[in-house]
Amino acid sequence: MNPFSAPYLHRPVSIQRSMNLVLLALLPGILAYLLLIGPALVVQIFIASVSALLFEGVLLYWRGKPVKERLHDHSALVTAWLIALTFPPLSPWWLTVIGVFFAIVIAKQLYGGLGQNPFNPAMIAFAVCIIAFPALMSQWPAQGLTLSFSRQVEIIFGFAPHLDALTSATPLDAIKTALKTDVLHDNVQELLMSQNLYGTFAGRGWEWVTTAYLCGGIFLLIMGVISWHVPLAFIVSMSALALVCWLVDPTRFADPLFHLFSGGAILGAFFIATDPVSGCATPRGKLIFGAGAGLLAYLIRVFGSFPDGIAFAVLLMNLTAPLLDLYCQPRVFGALPSMPVKRADEEKEDAP
Amino acid sequence: MLKRLRQFFRFPGGIHLAHRKEASSEKAITQLPLPEKLILPLRQSAGATPVPIVKAGDKVKKGQRIAAAEGWISASLHAPTSGTVRDVGDYPVAHPSGLAAPSIVIEADGEDAWGERQPFLEQTATEYARQVFNPERVQHYLQDMGVVGMGGAVFPSHVKLVKAPGIPLETLIVNGAECEPFVTCDDRLMRERADEIISGLIFLTELLGVREALIAIENNKPEAAVAMQNALAARLESVVHHIRVVIIPAIYPAGSLKQLVYMLTGKRAPIGVLPTQLGVQCFNVATIHAIWRAVAHGEPLIRRIVTVTGDVERPGNLEVPLGASIADILRYAGMRGSADGCLVGGPMMGFLLPHGDAPIGKGIHCLIARSPQLFPPEAPESPCIRCTSCAEACPQGLLPYELYWWSRAGDFAKTQRYHIHECIECGCCAYVCPASIPLPQYFRFAKDQLRAAAKNQEMADQARERFEFRQFRIEREKAERAEKLAQAARAQSAKRAVEQAGASSAPPTSEAEAIIAAAVERTRMAHEAETIDPKPEPGNPA
Repeated sequence: MNPFSAPYLHRPVSIQRSMNLVLLALLPGILAYLLLIGPALVVQIFIASVSALLFEGVLLYWRGKPVKERLHDHSALVTAWLIALTFPPLSPWWLTVIGVFFAIVIAKQLYGGLGQNPFNPAMIAFAVCIIAFPALMSQWPAQGLTLSFSRQVEIIFGFAPHLDALTSATPLDAIKTALKTDVLHDNVQELLMSQNLYGTFAGRGWEWVTTAYLCGGIFLLIMGVISWHVPLAFIVSMSALALVCWLVDPTRFADPLFHLFSGGAILGAFFIATDPVSGCATPRGKLIFGAGAGLLAYLIRVFGSFPDGIAFAVLLMNLTAPLLDLYCQPRVFGALPSMPVKRADEEKEDAP
Repeated sequence: MLKRLRQFFRFPGGIHLAHRKEASSEKAITQLPLPEKLILPLRQSAGATPVPIVKAGDKVKKGQRIAAAEGWISASLHAPTSGTVRDVGDYPVAHPSGLAAPSIVIEADGEDAWGERQPFLEQTATEYARQVFNPERVQHYLQDMGVVGMGGAVFPSHVKLVKAPGIPLETLIVNGAECEPFVTCDDRLMRERADEIISGLIFLTELLGVREALIAIENNKPEAAVAMQNALAARLESVVHHIRVVIIPAIYPAGSLKQLVYMLTGKRAPIGVLPTQLGVQCFNVATIHAIWRAVAHGEPLIRRIVTVTGDVERPGNLEVPLGASIADILRYAGMRGSADGCLVGGPMMGFLLPHGDAPIGKGIHCLIARSPQLFPPEAPESPCIRCTSCAEACPQGLLPYELYWWSRAGDFAKTQRYHIHECIECGCCAYVCPASIPLPQYFRFAKDQLRAAAKNQEMADQARERFEFRQFRIEREKAERAEKLAQAARAQSAKRAVEQAGASSAPPTSEAEAIIAAAVERTRMAHEAETIDPKPEPGNPA
């Protein structure tokens, strides 16, 4: 208990509990990933977790913070798991470590640690690595890849060459290539089917991983760890834009369902764009933040040159978050609708 | 019988708390044995501190006024028992600072003998029968009786009887919500003395001429609601037709003024607007009881009911004289060895008594013997992650995470722009905070800093005004003196000119000479005037 001041009662909640719930909510997705995409993810999660805790611990020690207490909040683990889930599963171990380094050391601790980072650390890791190592970050395992677990581990640790034959384009890549080269089919679905990339309603394999993410995300909503604003706005805006494009030209653009269940859309909507530290905090701000991230993600993944747009969309919206919050302040209880909402920056500087 | 008679307006935020009232809610009100010594801090209400009118050695009777109200927002103080004034000096008071404050010490003679009592209703029996009231007379009477709000804010009650000009008072709300955990004194008061509360309420409704009166009781006190309802039913329908018992949902802080008014009437008091300006007034049940004891029995506010609970052998509700020692009360209730402190007030808004003892005041409704079992240690403060739990819990619709951010940064002007003065320090934000940040403590600090800054600013403004006025006055006096001297000089030179003209048949040039002479004289005089230094004003920070 805080001996100095009221209230003396507290709800039994903690940051660690919230973070643990996020980790728990990621488990269904991880399980589906392991079964459908490849078991190498376990190794990546391990590498990322260990290096994240290590970097975080060392930095906390250097910064003179209580190391044990802060490590226990498990926020570094959430970042680590998100990095492992967004990086290609067969990427070399050092790539993951570099990603974690940028996330934990540069994006988080050097900005002042938990609660102070203006950008989403995991997305900083993704952005840095995809710009610095575009080839490695695009090597996703080919569909139906049958490679023993030990062989996959050897690839990750560099004991076996990373064969190009092992990798293939992701469904999103395939569509983008088609859009740019004008190799057109009757519709996008057929195009993907011709490359054996289409499953039941979206990218083969990935559709179920994403469904599992969605289940985890709904669990977080029910547990009150995240609010509905960001995921809903994200999904609605991305679907709406995808719908318009699809209706205009179904031979070039995929349908909304495909877009939601391919790439990192759902993971981004529920687990990444909802990061409270780097995102918006006011309800209206959250809606704009989510909608903006959804729109940008669609535009980048369809018209940009990167395989997916979640990372850049979220980072760009992170930039706008403080401004959005300033303009979206809710009305204080009792303030009348006719009263103009006074923004925090409007009045002149006061004397003190 | 106790139907929900109206729609409730749900205020934003708020939290559901474990009520934890069962330890003392079934314990009837009992009297604390008369203490031998009572220490009465002079400051027992909001507003100005009353002035002592007794000195050491004086004999006082029970109910005798010992300190007189000073100004309008102030209430008198009375001797809770008969005895001798031992001292008028500084003693520790129940305040988180632990500082001492001017107090009157009374040694009880054990007789507990009343002085002369003049019940208002006896004084004004004829008027009362004719239902003609002089509101000002009631106000002065209650001020003289030292009646203040007993829910904790200790605002002088007579001030609240003044109606806002031009706004009809429609609704009188009786606050029996008692939304803080552990506290049961209002619950017991309503169960045991419902009749007196209703009498006081009828008196107030007739005095104020309100359209309706609502007795708001949280749904965790059904017995109190039934008792109040029965007391109402025993009255003539024509007298109490406009009074209703309303059971409200138990959401903390439903007992807070702004939230309660909104919940019952749908009226939201905008920033800086008092509920009277909305045609609503609100009194705590214990205050109404005290008003009735005063007007009907001539008893000033000299005792109150205090819930004693927590880590004690015999939790209960004690009626104690003001000035009784908190340590004595805890001892009487059997504070256990495992208790490591005493919370004064409820666990959400109270404070830890900084030293072993302090006297009971008019606003202290609860004492909780603290133990680690009852209040498990909180995790150490960790960084804010802007999860916005606090904003969702805030009943005032504030953004506590922003207030915290700027308070912590020391940018108090910014906290003002996030409406820190609208914070009621209810503690909802800290209750839900996963980072265990003592948010209200940051806000109290920020408010103190702002208050200090405003005071400094005011003093600086006053000093500057004084200085500027002084400069202006010096200039003005200088100008006046110079003008006077110049006039004298003109007169002199004119006279001289006339003399010269008389002495010699003056050529026409003499007029010009005279003007020159006068100008020379004027300049000389002006120089003289400037060298006369005005005396510095005493008390000026020159």
